[in-house]
Amino acid sequence: MHRIWAIIERDLRRFRRSPTLIVMSMLMPLVQLVVLGYAFGGKVKNLEIGIVDQDHGVPAIKLKEMFQAVAANARTFDTIAYHDQAVALHDLREGRINGVLTIPPHFSRKVLAGANPRVALVEDNTDQFSTSALGGALTELLATYNSPADPPRETAKVTLDMVEIYPYVPYIQYLLPGTITLAIFVSAMIGGGIIFIDDKARGLHEGYLVTPIRKFELILGFNLAGAIKAIIAGFVLVTVGSIIAGIPDPLNVLRLARMMVLVVVTALALISMMFLLMVRVSDPLVPRAIFGVLNTVLFFPSGAVYPTASFPPWMKAITVVDPFTYAVHGFKQLVLKNTGLMSISYDLAFLVGFTLLAMSAATLLFRRTL
Amino acid sequence: MSAVEVEHLTKRFGDFCAVDALSFAVERGEIFGLLGPNGAGKSTLIRMLTTLVPPTSGSARVNGFDIVRAANGVRQSIGVIPQAMTSDLELSAEENLNIFAKLYGIPREPRRRAIKTLLQAVDLEPWADKPVKMFSGGMRRRLEIARGLVHEPNIFFLDEPTTGLDPVSRVAVWDMLSRLKRERDLTILVTTHYMDEADKLCDRVAIVDHGKLAALDSPLKLKASIPGRNILEVSFSKVPAGWENTLRTLPDVAELKAEDHVFRLASHNGPRTTVALMEAARSANVTVTSLSVQSTTLDDVFVHYTGHQLRDALQAPATAESPYLMKRH
Repeated sequence: MHRIWAIIERDLRRFRRSPTLIVMSMLMPLVQLVVLGYAFGGKVKNLEIGIVDQDHGVPAIKLKEMFQAVAANARTFDTIAYHDQAVALHDLREGRINGVLTIPPHFSRKVLAGANPRVALVEDNTDQFSTSALGGALTELLATYNSPADPPRETAKVTLDMVEIYPYVPYIQYLLPGTITLAIFVSAMIGGGIIFIDDKARGLHEGYLVTPIRKFELILGFNLAGAIKAIIAGFVLVTVGSIIAGIPDPLNVLRLARMMVLVVVTALALISMMFLLMVRVSDPLVPRAIFGVLNTVLFFPSGAVYPTASFPPWMKAITVVDPFTYAVHGFKQLVLKNTGLMSISYDLAFLVGFTLLAMSAATLLFRRTL
Repeated sequence: MSAVEVEHLTKRFGDFCAVDALSFAVERGEIFGLLGPNGAGKSTLIRMLTTLVPPTSGSARVNGFDIVRAANGVRQSIGVIPQAMTSDLELSAEENLNIFAKLYGIPREPRRRAIKTLLQAVDLEPWADKPVKMFSGGMRRRLEIARGLVHEPNIFFLDEPTTGLDPVSRVAVWDMLSRLKRERDLTILVTTHYMDEADKLCDRVAIVDHGKLAALDSPLKLKASIPGRNILEVSFSKVPAGWENTLRTLPDVAELKAEDHVFRLASHNGPRTTVALMEAARSANVTVTSLSVQSTTLDDVFVHYTGHQLRDALQAPATAESPYLMKRH
């Protein structure tokens, strides 16, 4: 135990004296939380729609007024009046506006005659988020336009009443579980990957290998030292991240305690995975080179930024074996739903099993010689 | 029982034979020097003896422990100073020693005493709590020597401990090693590039080249074993035909080598050969442009046994070194 503690002590003393390293391993995930959270989380607003009125009748004017009402209130879009459809379409192709709504000639006559009146929306479909927002807003607006001012009572019509059992979850809160996992991963990558290989290349491991320390003591020491640093990073993200993301009652002691259980288990899983990947590596460029790829392969298929239900089968296969998946799911349960540990028992069991497997494989592959 | 016994020890890396069936023994209490150019196999040999590299064949025992079958016994009884500086720069001198003492499982109180004594022994006590990154190369090397002795080993392995140090630091390191050897009854096995150091400080010297043992004896006996007691290095304004034969027949000349118009004559009697040489040059109307007469050194021994200058070999480019490898400077 003395020997294992010696390795941990050495690593933690060095960590404490490298404030840049501490800041970097925690700052990057926090920046990602804030930037991605606000970049993806907000509603699409202030799109530009060109309106070409070729009718000029009263029903057309009513429709335009409804558009202007949306522009003035919800601000999903602003309207720009065009007299010439060709000019409007040219501006659309040039990217000056996001769509062109054309009210065709005889629109008013068809409305009054009840003869299937139509308006046309030409949209820039290269941006699916804007197209979707625009389509949704216009569909809603036309439904309102179509509904009679004095609707008859229709008892046979089925309507859906939706009840949300949790308070509204902004995207930044949805992203927080992934960000906590990412902070633990970055710390594991730096501590278990980059620093481990740098030390090896500098000959520091030679110093360990000539002592009577046993192979398993060495591996346990390296893993625990890396895990402690990752746990510190995880704790900061759990607390600071919850405050930044606006989680209700962010410093709830019981929830923090449950989350720390998951932080510890996740840290051990990720550091043992990293150690397994690096156990035979000696070139310091390797961990730096695979950092980005590993981050992408583990983070995005985990459901941290988008539901896994939408993934193709090959990506779902990654999701199943990716430790991120279980960490992110666990943190979602604890952060967004404030559940107990029983609801994440499967996640915890997977991560513990993964740790044991990775550490055993690393012990088998680890060479006690140079 | 010898401190180190090596029998037909061999290490191959693919087709390349780094250490080729070496056999020798290091006696207890001696300072044993391993000399050889880069790539001669010295570091591989030390790494095998310190259990860092498994041998391909042959065997060795260190302090009675087999380096393969009883590797942990070897590790417990040796101190090792590797070629690279491996102290933690962010930690203090005391912290570095403390961590290593813990790795050897030394209990708290003996650990505290051993660290204090060692820091005094290597003259680093005033800087015990300062980070190692503030240390000079010589101070760092002294700290590493202390680190290697923290568990009071019987045998001390040092791989080029003074390379890259300034002359004052080199002298300090060697004085320290000699003193520690006396005080702690150590056996020291050291590799070095510095022939003068090996000459002065080693009880016995092994010259290794291409993984083989070229010579092994005390520096005095090694110097006596090569032809001539003096070496004359001489160059001339011109070299007439048959001049080499003339030089070879000068009185007391034991050996003659010519390299780039510089002639090296090994002589049993330097002054007599010099006088005869000057007379021969005057008779042949040849001007002596440079002449030096020196006693035989380990450099000469090395050249005699390996056939090339150590200095040339040291300038060969290093292979496959990581850009992150810390160099001594």
